[in-house]
Amino acid sequence: MGYQDIKYAVSDAVCLLAQDTTPASFAKYCPRYIDGILVTVELLLLSSFIGFFIGALVAVGRVSGGPSVRSLAWAWSYVFRGTPLLVQLWIVYFGLGSLGEEQLGVLWPFFKSGWAVGLAVLTINTSAYIAEILRGGLATLPPGQYEAAVSCGMSRGQAMRRILLPQAIRVAWPAYGNELILLMKGSALVSTITVMDLMGQTRSVFARGYAMETYAYSAVLYLLLALFLTLLLKMVERRLRVGGYP
Amino acid sequence: MFELLSFGDSGWGDDLIIGALLTIRLALASLSLGLLFGLVLAMMKLSRLAPARWLAEAYTLFIRGVPEFLILLMVFFGTEKAVATVGQWLGFETTFEVPKFAAAVAGLSAIFAAYCCEVIRGAYLAVPKGQIEAGLAVGMSRWQIFQRIRVPQLWRFALPGLGNLWLVMLKDTSLAAVLAIDELLRVAKVAGEATRNPLLFLLAAGLLYLIMTAVSDHLRARMEKRLNRGMAR
Amino acid sequence: MKKTVMTLALLAATPAMAEPLRIATEGAYPPFNEVNAAGELVGFDVDIANALCAKMEAECVIVAQDWDGIIPGLTAGKYDAIIASMSITEERLQTVDFTDPYYSNFLVVVAKDGSGVTSENVKEYSVGAQRSTIAAVWAEEQMGTRGDLRLYDTTTASFADLEAGRIDAFVADYFPAVEWLKDNAGFSIAGDRIDIDDKIGIAIRQNEGELKDALNAALNGIIADGTYGEISTQYFGVDIY
Repeated sequence: MGYQDIKYAVSDAVCLLAQDTTPASFAKYCPRYIDGILVTVELLLLSSFIGFFIGALVAVGRVSGGPSVRSLAWAWSYVFRGTPLLVQLWIVYFGLGSLGEEQLGVLWPFFKSGWAVGLAVLTINTSAYIAEILRGGLATLPPGQYEAAVSCGMSRGQAMRRILLPQAIRVAWPAYGNELILLMKGSALVSTITVMDLMGQTRSVFARGYAMETYAYSAVLYLLLALFLTLLLKMVERRLRVGGYP
Repeated sequence: MFELLSFGDSGWGDDLIIGALLTIRLALASLSLGLLFGLVLAMMKLSRLAPARWLAEAYTLFIRGVPEFLILLMVFFGTEKAVATVGQWLGFETTFEVPKFAAAVAGLSAIFAAYCCEVIRGAYLAVPKGQIEAGLAVGMSRWQIFQRIRVPQLWRFALPGLGNLWLVMLKDTSLAAVLAIDELLRVAKVAGEATRNPLLFLLAAGLLYLIMTAVSDHLRARMEKRLNRGMAR
Repeated sequence: MKKTVMTLALLAATPAMAEPLRIATEGAYPPFNEVNAAGELVGFDVDIANALCAKMEAECVIVAQDWDGIIPGLTAGKYDAIIASMSITEERLQTVDFTDPYYSNFLVVVAKDGSGVTSENVKEYSVGAQRSTIAAVWAEEQMGTRGDLRLYDTTTASFADLEAGRIDAFVADYFPAVEWLKDNAGFSIAGDRIDIDDKIGIAIRQNEGELKDALNAALNGIIADGTYGEISTQYFGVDIY
């Protein structure tokens, strides 16, 4: 049984449970909504995870790199935060993708897939915001900490990894939570590049009957997802606080 | 290749600029409506009337959890249905049409308002308690305190937050492209399809968005500086 | 300016009636309706609309509307009729009403030469279709909702992806596909035309019997006097009624 089959099985099981408890107009298309949610969640988990590491790298480059690294890190944040996500998605999918297989060569399998392009663009986009958030967090730390770490014999990288970044993350956590919710909402735009996420499925179902309920169900599902994320973030926040700042 | 971006009948440069102007108009219209609506929401949140608070709270919760794209589609398809239904209910055949531009402004300002009311509320509460007490001590009424102490400082406290929200909305206007409004992104997409050179036009659109956000950011910084003149920081 | 879609007002020979009849079309479905270099709506649907208006001696305004919102726009009263090569379907009949059909459509699968795709085995491939069309419904039925079916907002975008090689095949209506194949070597119609009993009609709001009768009478009129045949031959070389 492949990964895809497991996802379908999950969504069928959920819909079996939901069959009698949900309105008929939802139950009829239930597997489509749930299939869509799973794609949305999948994109969200992967992009927030990878995006976090890229963002941390960019933030560190911004505060402690050489001049060229600094300006590169600055440009990364500036360009990806200064242009709309939808434009970024379309530039990569419709723009770069139009170069076709001959010109893109080994990169073609990536550009061929709407899902891969969507994931990459969401990751890069969120990394730019995360970098900015972490940079703000790093700026709140007293410079003495870094000096103390180095004087204990830590290397610059060790000081960053062990002393500064963990604290910056703690300070920046609430802002990171906001960004995660925004990322979830932004992920709906991948439906414009043929990805069948929750929004893509919603639009397909809507096209079959033009019933406003379709949008309402989708909105409720997104709200539930946002609620779930918020609770999760709160839990992590509580753990981060243990033994640390008040 | 770059003659495609030239002005005049053979190039698309002027069309892109016209699209960018529509983007700015869309954003400005949504800003003014959104500020107004956000102010009302902030008042509801600060109100002593519990139902008003709950209503405003529920509204922001909804907008914050639902994708902007979905909200725009709901407003776009929903308002016309709603208007038609209300019309039928009142017993007259409506041919009232919600123009696409107005629907987009309604959607964008509805989103803006939900975030903006928090900024305004925060700015209202940011006035130090001592100032209010000082006002009471010199015999000012509640209304006078509101009018002379709170409101003049509201703008100063709210500006950084509002500046951020403006940037967010400026970028969100690109969603109107999916609703077939001829703003910057849609013009770029159409031009790209017509000339079979989507990369060039989408990159050009991206650059124009970057210029618009950079200019906005610069203006915000200058305004902040002005407002904070003479303030100890 | 050339490409911005603008409304095109058409004046019939006789003086205007109280209200002009507002007709919507998509403007992105050559050769039935498209926007020409001068920014005007042109095509078979537009010519038929004009002929019908002339027959009814009515003043008409033709507007462009994106496909996704074209039925909601009709029910909301933005315009009174849709002449945009729209298939008469059960699902649509629940929301709107249709006149008699003015031509029949077939679906075809367009694929790269030698790709092995036919109209029977599409579910083994990645296939594109335009969102909210009968082609998308057919493709969904063939492939199930979990097949590799990609939905696009415009036909242009999906043809571009077929050309780029992102999808193996594209389900399209017969006449536009033939039109596209004229300019694109290396692609062809895979398998037979698919007859899905697809009748194309003019959509109007429900309970508008008067308008429906007028349009049907005018349609019979232009078929009888040869106007329809003339327009059809001009576009397709044959009478497609």
